[in-house]
Amino acid sequence: MSRFEESAPARGGFSFDLCKRNEMLMQKGLKPSSYLKTGTTIVGLVFQDGVILGADTRATEGPIVADKNCEKIHYMAPNIYCCGAGTAADTEAVTDMVSSQLKLHRFHTGRESRVVTALTLLKSHLFSYQGHVSAALVLGGVDVTGPHLHTIYPHGSTDTLPFATMGSGSLAAMAIFESKYREGLTRDEGVKLVAEAICSGIFNDLGSGSNVDVCVITKGNREYLRNYMLPNPRTYVSEKGYSFSKKTEVLLTKITPLRELVEVIEGGDAMEE
Amino acid sequence: MDSIYNDLNAPHSMGTTIIGVTYDGGVVLGADSRTSTGMYVANRASDKITQLTDNVYICRSGSAADSQVLSDYVRYYLHQHTIQLGQPATVKVAANLVRMVSYNNKNMLQTGLIVGGWDKYEGGKIYGIPLGGTLLEQPFTIGGSGSSYLYGFFDQVWKEGMTQDEAEKLVVKAVSLAIARDGASGGVVRTVTINKDGVSRKFYPGNTLPLWHEELEAKDSLLDSLSATSPEPMVS
Repeated sequence: MSRFEESAPARGGFSFDLCKRNEMLMQKGLKPSSYLKTGTTIVGLVFQDGVILGADTRATEGPIVADKNCEKIHYMAPNIYCCGAGTAADTEAVTDMVSSQLKLHRFHTGRESRVVTALTLLKSHLFSYQGHVSAALVLGGVDVTGPHLHTIYPHGSTDTLPFATMGSGSLAAMAIFESKYREGLTRDEGVKLVAEAICSGIFNDLGSGSNVDVCVITKGNREYLRNYMLPNPRTYVSEKGYSFSKKTEVLLTKITPLRELVEVIEGGDAMEE
Repeated sequence: MDSIYNDLNAPHSMGTTIIGVTYDGGVVLGADSRTSTGMYVANRASDKITQLTDNVYICRSGSAADSQVLSDYVRYYLHQHTIQLGQPATVKVAANLVRMVSYNNKNMLQTGLIVGGWDKYEGGKIYGIPLGGTLLEQPFTIGGSGSSYLYGFFDQVWKEGMTQDEAEKLVVKAVSLAIARDGASGGVVRTVTINKDGVSRKFYPGNTLPLWHEELEAKDSLLDSLSATSPEPMVS
């Protein structure tokens, strides 16, 4: 039993024990497994009624596109959304974790979540992992104190800005924002500007591509526009058609619905002693 | 190209120029507004002068994450201290708390700070807390990468007992000089003046800063300057 105790970290926090093992394996010739990164262009801006977030949809694994249509705008609360760049697992995990913490907090306080709450939870988590959790986030939302937009870096520092871009395509998108952003944009102007900035990332950055996702958050309402724009449709379809090779044989085409394990009885009497 | 992408994942650091100056009746804190990630300016309008209490502010330089977290901790400790003490915390206490956190975590933190404020016991005070966690009470202090260019300037221009106006002008002039010479400093100049009457924040956009002799007024054409002073040819 003492062997199990040794393998768990003595105190809380990250255990770097396996790093030595990994180093030894790499020296022996084992290739390290590559992880899924979201090359990414993510943006956010504040407009007159709230905030608009935007993201591309390409997930890369080294030079290969692993997912042509992934979702980078993550739900945090009904009034708060978060775009994530960096290692896909890290952004998913950290946003899911803080989203649950916010839900529990809402139960405790009985109030709508505030953007600064999400910000503080994210920043303290990322700081305690000293940049090893590779998540660069654009957090935006509208709460009782008004519309808010923040950027959060992997080391845990944050900035509060009227418009922000992150990810490998951030320079391309920032160029669009710096030339065209102004205060007090309307909803349509804002969405158009966000889509333009994401397209700039999609077409000029190799790590970003495919489609544009947009999320508009206003007081009391949010619109998640998944695949708002599809500027990279599949234009070539072979006339010959796609047929299976000669060795492939279709054995059986039969659809068997799964048997219901539980019978649900509508109504029924309440249990009594 | 690759180096730019690598640098985007570099820790967010504030190249920075930060200044704290005492004058007759209070203190003036000044800073630039550039936060860089490698060679990219991540935030060109950041606010590096953060509030700790109503009467004490801190200028942050070095790693953005480290200085933000440190300020948050010290703000929390000072809040507790104010409740327990029953009156506003003194600048000395605030500076000591910052020094304690900075010194005790010296292996993990990389941040240079200037604490400045006003209290009724000592008046306006400036404390410098560089890397490593030393605490130095000084009549003025400078920090950040841009401060290298200001040591000579301050030796020349500094004097005791300035007025508020003189002190503010000095700070703005100094930060502008550092911005002109340091690549990691730029953007706007922010100042915070703290005295017995309270706190006042000022903001100087980049285009209003005084020009220095290397920076010329924009001209339409070089020929304009040539035609202005063309000498008469010699006649033999």
